[in-house]
Amino acid sequence: MKILVCIKQVPDMESKFKVNAAGSWYEETDLAWRMNEYDEYAVEQAVQLKQQVGEADLTVLCIGSDRVKETMKKALAMGCDRGAHIADDESYLKDPYAIASLIAGFAKDKGFDLIFTGMQSQDRGSAQVGVLVAEMLGIPSLTTLVEFSYADGTINAKRELEGGIKAKISCTTPALVTCQLGLNTPRYPTLPNIMKAKKKEMISTPVAELSPEASLLEVIQVAPPEKKGGGLILEGDPADLADQLIKILKEKTTALA
Amino acid sequence: MKTLLVAEYRDSELLGTSGELINFASQLGAESAMFLVGSENSLPDYNGKLYLADIGQAGEFNPSQHKQLLLEVIEKEQPQMVVLPHSSYGWDLAPRIALALKAAQISEVVEIKDGNLVVPSCNSKLRRQVKAATDISVVTLQGGAFTPMEDPSGTPEVVKVEVVAGGDIQFGGYEEAESGGVDLSKAEIIVSAGRGIGKPENLAMIENLAKALKGEYGASRPVVDAEWADQSRQVGTTGQTVTPKLYVACGISGAIQHLAGMKKSEFVLAINTDKDAPIGEVADVLAVADLKQLVPILTEKLNAL
Repeated sequence: MKILVCIKQVPDMESKFKVNAAGSWYEETDLAWRMNEYDEYAVEQAVQLKQQVGEADLTVLCIGSDRVKETMKKALAMGCDRGAHIADDESYLKDPYAIASLIAGFAKDKGFDLIFTGMQSQDRGSAQVGVLVAEMLGIPSLTTLVEFSYADGTINAKRELEGGIKAKISCTTPALVTCQLGLNTPRYPTLPNIMKAKKKEMISTPVAELSPEASLLEVIQVAPPEKKGGGLILEGDPADLADQLIKILKEKTTALA
Repeated sequence: MKTLLVAEYRDSELLGTSGELINFASQLGAESAMFLVGSENSLPDYNGKLYLADIGQAGEFNPSQHKQLLLEVIEKEQPQMVVLPHSSYGWDLAPRIALALKAAQISEVVEIKDGNLVVPSCNSKLRRQVKAATDISVVTLQGGAFTPMEDPSGTPEVVKVEVVAGGDIQFGGYEEAESGGVDLSKAEIIVSAGRGIGKPENLAMIENLAKALKGEYGASRPVVDAEWADQSRQVGTTGQTVTPKLYVACGISGAIQHLAGMKKSEFVLAINTDKDAPIGEVADVLAVADLKQLVPILTEKLNAL
């Protein structure tokens, strides 16, 4: 069985974001980088599937500058067999269509039985790339999964809907699935596996070799949201803060009445 | 400009997002027609042409089939924009349509600005103003961003769309949310724990504050996903929608899915170390502090009242 998992490296969402000089995206300096949280669930599910079926080859794919290789190493340490790095220093300027065309271009003649992606990225949050890749490859896609099982070429899954409701769905492979938070419990790489990961294959392909498609979206401007008046901001010593809060709760709410 | 609005339907009922689609089209000053895979028993309040495909024939969840039906209607109507809710139905269907049309897709629109569309990024800390470079575009709307002031009214002119069976995904029914646990929608005071509590042991702190305020405790999605709190405590799009008199958000950054579940609270107090956290957008008071210090002191002082 051949499995592909697609991951993205994103900044820690607790970071302070500044708009870059070109006004096209955030400034990349001074950020801590990590694996997109949704993709951690995708990697975990792919590794679990590999362990379940035994005979499987699991490739992790990531697009970006050399910096993203650090995140790929985490996926290798979690249990992926090989890394496919698409070297592109300007991937942040590409839209979901252009990104998906690169992944589909890579995957099209490799016969993957299953492709895993996160349901969206934490920084862009478009929730498009996974479905676009599947549509480009002409295979079914199941999205927003919170449960996944596989047996004999069939995927049985549950997708998350609004209000805590789930839909039970299934399809046959080859297929692509997008993973929602809570699908599983992503493992922490162990030290021996981190050491082993260093020896695993990691091949970089220059983006130009995959004949990238042009983006269909134009970015006009990137800016922090306008502050909408907003509420009162209190800072200071915790004991003083507690007193102030109690005073406010007494005056503005009936909570302490 | 002409838009085609895609309404959604689930489990024998039209979902309440069609009003937001209509309001968006009117804010754009655009003409509209509507598309629905649903049933005549539950039609949207809409004065316009409604292309209706029968859900009994097309299937409740059958995206490749819904895609084909929608593409036929697009062919007839020739809209410049196809608009869907950014929901589990919309974000699944939209890219399928976009690729078939080779159209730019703009996800989770929150605002129209200077004729361009604005979408959030990085947990709402940034906003991108974007424009489609294609003649037709596919757009999904963030839930609640275009809620109309008044409920729409009207009766649609129904045009039936023929369905031919097909599809590559089998739908096996719905699984309802687990019942039992606490009904937070009736609570008057809720104290919720977010990722900022750091470790499961700290949930006790939040429970104690909730007790001191004679309320219930809730949790954000990451806390539930980490199994620090039960799913029945989850506040947000995929959990419960709450409207208490007082909502205390402890260590919750304010992901849109969480805000959607609690922003109608009468009074919101947020405790967060990050002054710029998006929870500040809906908070009446934001106390910039480490909850692990502030929450125990606040609880103690409340208990001493």
